[in-house]
Amino acid sequence: MTDQTTDTGAVRASAPKTKAASGRVLGLGGKDLSLFLLVLGLALFAPFILNPFPEGSALSQFNAGYPDLMQRFVIFGIFAIGFNILFGLTGYLSFGHAAFLGVGSYAGIWMMKLLTTNVIPAIIGSIVVAGLFALIVGFISLRRSGIYFSILTLAFAMMSFALAYSVLTPITGGETGLQLKYFDPRILDAELAPGNPPRANLFGLNMTSSYELELGSWVFTFNAGYYLAAFMMLLAFYLSIRIFRSPFGMMLRAVKSNQNRLNYTGISSKPYTLAAFVISGMYAGLAGGLLVAMDTQVGAERMFWTASGEVVLMTILGGAGTLIGPVLGAGFIKYFENIISKINSTVLHDWFAFLPDGLENVVVAIIYPFVGKGWHLTLGLLFMLVVIFLPGGLVQGGQKLATVFRRDKNAGSVESDAAKKQPGHPGE
Amino acid sequence: MGILEVKGVGKRFGGLQALGDVNLSVAESTVHAIIGPNGAGKSTLLNCLVGKLIPDTGSVLFDGKSVLGRKPHEINQMGISRVFQTPEIFADLSVLENVMIPCFAKRDGAFRLHAIESVENEKSLQDKAEEMLADVNMLEKRNMLASALSRGDKRRLEMAMCLVQDPRLLLLDEPTAGMARADTNNTIDLLKEINDKRDITMCIIEHDMHVVFSLAERITVLAQGTPLVEDTPENIKGHPKVREAYLGEAQV
Ligand SMILES: Nc1ncnc2c1ncn2[C@@H]1O[C@H](COP(=O)(O)OP(=O)(O)OP(=O)(O)O)[C@@H](O)[C@H]1O
Ligand SMILES: [Mg+2]
Repeated sequence: MTDQTTDTGAVRASAPKTKAASGRVLGLGGKDLSLFLLVLGLALFAPFILNPFPEGSALSQFNAGYPDLMQRFVIFGIFAIGFNILFGLTGYLSFGHAAFLGVGSYAGIWMMKLLTTNVIPAIIGSIVVAGLFALIVGFISLRRSGIYFSILTLAFAMMSFALAYSVLTPITGGETGLQLKYFDPRILDAELAPGNPPRANLFGLNMTSSYELELGSWVFTFNAGYYLAAFMMLLAFYLSIRIFRSPFGMMLRAVKSNQNRLNYTGISSKPYTLAAFVISGMYAGLAGGLLVAMDTQVGAERMFWTASGEVVLMTILGGAGTLIGPVLGAGFIKYFENIISKINSTVLHDWFAFLPDGLENVVVAIIYPFVGKGWHLTLGLLFMLVVIFLPGGLVQGGQKLATVFRRDKNAGSVESDAAKKQPGHPGE
Repeated sequence: MGILEVKGVGKRFGGLQALGDVNLSVAESTVHAIIGPNGAGKSTLLNCLVGKLIPDTGSVLFDGKSVLGRKPHEINQMGISRVFQTPEIFADLSVLENVMIPCFAKRDGAFRLHAIESVENEKSLQDKAEEMLADVNMLEKRNMLASALSRGDKRRLEMAMCLVQDPRLLLLDEPTAGMARADTNNTIDLLKEINDKRDITMCIIEHDMHVVFSLAERITVLAQGTPLVEDTPENIKGHPKVREAYLGEAQV
């Protein structure tokens, strides 16, 4: 699998440049800083950016700027960023990461039931418990590599799901899952007024509370929960940049490139991969904790193997091994899941009403399988196209567009390098 | 007593006795060459020294301590570095990163969770790596991806990765195979200089007799898994048994 990158001669490789690391802000170099600021801007102004169409217009169903979906964008962004630290850097493909997300959720809701409805302890608990669980799963799974590693992680996730669904019902609520209840202990909280349901909050600020801004026929929603999750995502993203640029990150890339050489160079690769596994498990736990902080409920289906597969798709679709790719991939998939799936035949008939009746029915019949419940089909096709034509994911697509527009060959960034380096088969 | 003492080492692969009863003593600060026809067991012997293989019989002592049963990274941390017959480098990393990783291994040991510090702040390690690259005439290629290097450059890169660790014992498996004549001569000069200046003991496997006779102070001839003779280059050249087993067919 060597000699894949055939960009004649002077391929500019990543990280260390010779020039003095001047002008670093927050410990980030120039390009990383711009990337971070870009993501910061997108996250802050998401309520505007995602709601481009006026309320009540035909296109308004493409608006994604409502709290529930915006929260999902950033929370699954966190999940994918963490997954990418393991998969993108070391090449170890875990098929069981939803287990850590689920465990994080359970830990979080128990913190809210037992201690307080303030989400901070819940989030911390989620990270810690998921990290410990990842330590155990990683320790065992990392005894193997390649496909056997993937199968081991998958087996763990399926066992976790099965346990949560059956034997562990007293802890997990089994089929019904767990919700916050009025009579939960909440030993740190004051007594609730009768009839008041417990609500997730940040020192009293309700996670569901929103401020709505009406500008003409546009309505923009600013939701407390979203901004908490977005803050966490920015933190997670920032940390991931630091990890990518650290000696630790370099070792992880070395694991992916040539684990043998690394061992003969005096590095023990196992603790490095295990650390990456645990860190990505903690990211998943954080995502799980935020999910309960937003909707105060958990079900075992969160740990189902399809959920583990989804984060793999997100990462590869966006661009494994790139910084921003996983966030893009997560956004893309969640958008499809929530927006394309809402388009039903009534909506389609509405759109094509201008066509003659017979033709209208034909067009609707052709499009129908790809929308609504068929959104998986569209996503599948899209995924195939990306993997075949843009093995580096959406990031590589963006890079290609950028070169077409700029024709500036020297502008190689780490993102493009990572994207270019993706071989046809991501799991190699 | 040499820095490396191999005693009675044997290794079987199924029905093939790859190593018979190998005894070898490499004195500190010398360059010791191992020669022998294809399939003689030279690479297998090195594999037994670095923890890739565990011999069926015998013992291997490095600096008085047994290396058998230790993991490859532990053996490296003891001070043994190896250049492989087919270059083992980090193909997806830059040339400079390839040389920095062994620097980290040397400084920080087998594992350190330095996940927040920036590689760019590791100025002294970077300088050290760049100096090493300059020594092998590859400094201007430091930002290239290692996979884009020519075969000869990959070998020199791998050598730089080993040398930058200042190992006490450097094992080289055909370091000049696939190199152009000029590069081969540069490599000879480099290894000579390394041996003189840094006082690194070397154990070198080589088919190119020009390289062997320019560098080695002792030569062991291996045939069918057993050492035939061990002597100085002058005596090896004229040795009838050696001519018969090896030199005759290799056309020196
Ligand atoms: N892992 C292995 N499994 C089975 N047989 C092996 C293995 N490694 C080496 N051999 C066999 O052992 C013998 C010695 O191999 P080795 O690679 O040590 O030879 P060599 O002296 O390095 O030869 P060359 O000059 O071609 O590199 C060969 O016959 C080889 O086929
Ligand atoms: Mg060999």
